Amino acid sequence: MTATLAAVLPTALPAAAADGGAADFSQDVFWVWLLKAVGILVFLLLSVLIAIWFERRVVGRMQLRPGPNVHGPFGLFQSLADAMKLLLKEDVTVKAADKLVYLVAPFIAVFCSLLTMAVIPFGPEVSIFGVVTPLQLTDFPVAVLYILACASVGVYGIVLGGWSSNSTYPLLGAVRSTAQVISYELAMGLSLVSVFILAGSMSTSEIVASQTTVWWLIPLAPAFVIYVISMVGETNRLPFDLPEAEGELVGGYTTEYSSMKFAWFFLAEYINMLNVSAVATTLFFGGWRAPWPLSWIGDGVLNTGWWPLLWFVAKVWLFMFLFVWIRGTLLRFRYDQFMKFGWKVLIPSALVWLVCVAVVQGVRQFGGADVMAMLPWLGGAILVIVALSFLIPEKKAAAPAAPSDEPFDAFAGGFPVPPLPGQSLPPSPRARLRAAAADAAPASPALVGGPATDQGADGDAPESPTQEVPRG
Amino acid sequence: MTPSTAETVLFWVLAPIMVLAASGLLFARKAVHAALCVITVMISLAFLYVAQEAPFLGVVQVVVYTGAVMMLFLFVLMLVGVDASDSLVETLKGQRWVGWLAALGLGVVLVGVVGRATYPDAVGLAEANAPGNPTGVARIIFGQHVFGLEVVGALLVTAALGALVLTHRQRLKPLVKQPERAAARVAAGARLTPLPAPGVYARHNAMDVPALDPDGNPIDESVPRVLRIRGQEAGTAEYRADTYRRAVTAVLAERGTAVTDGEVDAALGTVEDDPRPAAAPPGTTTGPTADIDLGGGSTRTETER
Repeated sequence: MTATLAAVLPTALPAAAADGGAADFSQDVFWVWLLKAVGILVFLLLSVLIAIWFERRVVGRMQLRPGPNVHGPFGLFQSLADAMKLLLKEDVTVKAADKLVYLVAPFIAVFCSLLTMAVIPFGPEVSIFGVVTPLQLTDFPVAVLYILACASVGVYGIVLGGWSSNSTYPLLGAVRSTAQVISYELAMGLSLVSVFILAGSMSTSEIVASQTTVWWLIPLAPAFVIYVISMVGETNRLPFDLPEAEGELVGGYTTEYSSMKFAWFFLAEYINMLNVSAVATTLFFGGWRAPWPLSWIGDGVLNTGWWPLLWFVAKVWLFMFLFVWIRGTLLRFRYDQFMKFGWKVLIPSALVWLVCVAVVQGVRQFGGADVMAMLPWLGGAILVIVALSFLIPEKKAAAPAAPSDEPFDAFAGGFPVPPLPGQSLPPSPRARLRAAAADAAPASPALVGGPATDQGADGDAPESPTQEVPRG
Repeated sequence: MTPSTAETVLFWVLAPIMVLAASGLLFARKAVHAALCVITVMISLAFLYVAQEAPFLGVVQVVVYTGAVMMLFLFVLMLVGVDASDSLVETLKGQRWVGWLAALGLGVVLVGVVGRATYPDAVGLAEANAPGNPTGVARIIFGQHVFGLEVVGALLVTAALGALVLTHRQRLKPLVKQPERAAARVAAGARLTPLPAPGVYARHNAMDVPALDPDGNPIDESVPRVLRIRGQEAGTAEYRADTYRRAVTAVLAERGTAVTDGEVDAALGTVEDDPRPAAAPPGTTTGPTADIDLGGGSTRTETER
């Protein structure tokens, strides 16, 4: 269904297809569109199957265990087995659910996640059965905005799924997810705008074309960092997987879903991971362009034909590995920390960075200055800012606690505490006993414990290290 | 200019959907369904914008209205519901008159501007989109209409600040955060770790059977409080793997004696579990207070009591 719609879309949009940025779609005919759409669908579904296996194997390695290794070579068929299990499980529809919305929600999630790849360039122009066409389904001047639009509609799947289940935990998960995606989409959009400013376009093929000399990763490193953080938040992955935090919300919005309907949500999550990885690749990692040493081979022969498909897929999987690595390393945020981080750190820093990029680009464009000529000025400005930052009085470190001469209270404030600096532990009861025993009988070795006056309650506890109490 | 076939087909597919969704907004019984209908109309509208060579408008419509504004709307519907009635008491004296005056003034200005405006001839899509659609839109917004845009921006910022001020509440009590809660819990001497999970037995692993501590005694707290109050806690001996009993039975059978349950019981000593406690009045916790005798066959280490 998606494939046909994605194929019909360009026919309905002659202007969009003709106005395809740097890519030339003028030779495309109906079966080429169909072929590309089906190709994207197959690529996504296969990648999800591999991604599930990949994630479990890599996380397994990181946790010093083998991971799935039973079904097929290296356990490769594990995801197939999981998919079959989900297909054959009982499909429960909650009685109190809002039936229509409950059914539609997973489809919205999957459908929207399938749309993004339509505008991602997989490679330059290639010849498919004699038709020369770019390895990209379609492109138009606002392609990256279209990606953001698909992502924001995809959240409806999560929100409606949580609401229609008519249950507490799913609703809480849905509400969290909405707040999360809305806040992190802002930071994500702002970080993408700096790429638009430098590339001078919002069309994906033109953004790739603008990275011929240098990938935007290098001049726009802060924007890239912000994008990577917000892409993890946007896909609800650890450490930002608050909508489905097991410890707090059971399964979040998927709690009441089972069988295939759950599988749709699961599929959407993994396709979304692939989507944001592909966007990061296209906008910051040079898209399908060969990485630096390889791009010199044979005068850029590796940047032509079908080769770029390889680089593109490799870069996407680099980001997929990053996702797994983050999952294997970081702990889940608390919800308020997460929101504070998004609104008080990410968005302001994205705004500041955006203003900097806009100023530099404005001076370049309207002042006619060259980047190389501007570098000393930029360096000077950064030095001045760093120098000024030294003038800001440092936050006074809390004065080291004065050695207190109060007697040590082992239960200060009501619970056991260690001694403060300057205080010393009183001798332990056992040490006191030993000292007393030594005083009482200095000549003979104390084989029998000291006076059993003050420790009488603990009948069978050894009262002195030298006394042996037989234990049954 | 006649629309292309594809555009016509798109229109006739989308138009009925939009009309149906729009009437759904009027007739839907649930507020969330009405909101869904609005979303359908918005997305279909975006399709039509794109088909009419305004891709920027179409996509921004989805990003801003469908993705953000409508989402917030749905958020409020789900959390608050539409039953919450507004207070109709006017707190600002005479605001109605000021409102009417302002509305009248706005009407006069609009009529005046619209009546006096002259409309240039349409230049056609090709010329309007000549520098590219987003670029053309940007030229108009940040060139001809930059002042209007700035004014609207200032208005929106004012509205956002107003919302902040109106919903702001003074904090009356100090904020109790995680460190304070943790300190209070330690000071109170309460349990610091999570409660132990219910037990898992060979023949039962539901929530009503208590877990066993290292000494083999049931841990009362491992059964949810609600079940304890209702008196629905199960005994442990009922579900333990009865290996010892089976072993005794086998030994007795080997000796050639006909084995009855009574004989096994006699050989084992009593293995009767405590009977299930009767339902207690709400507010009290019940459950086995004494140790449940697991019989001589349990593998636990003997400890002094």
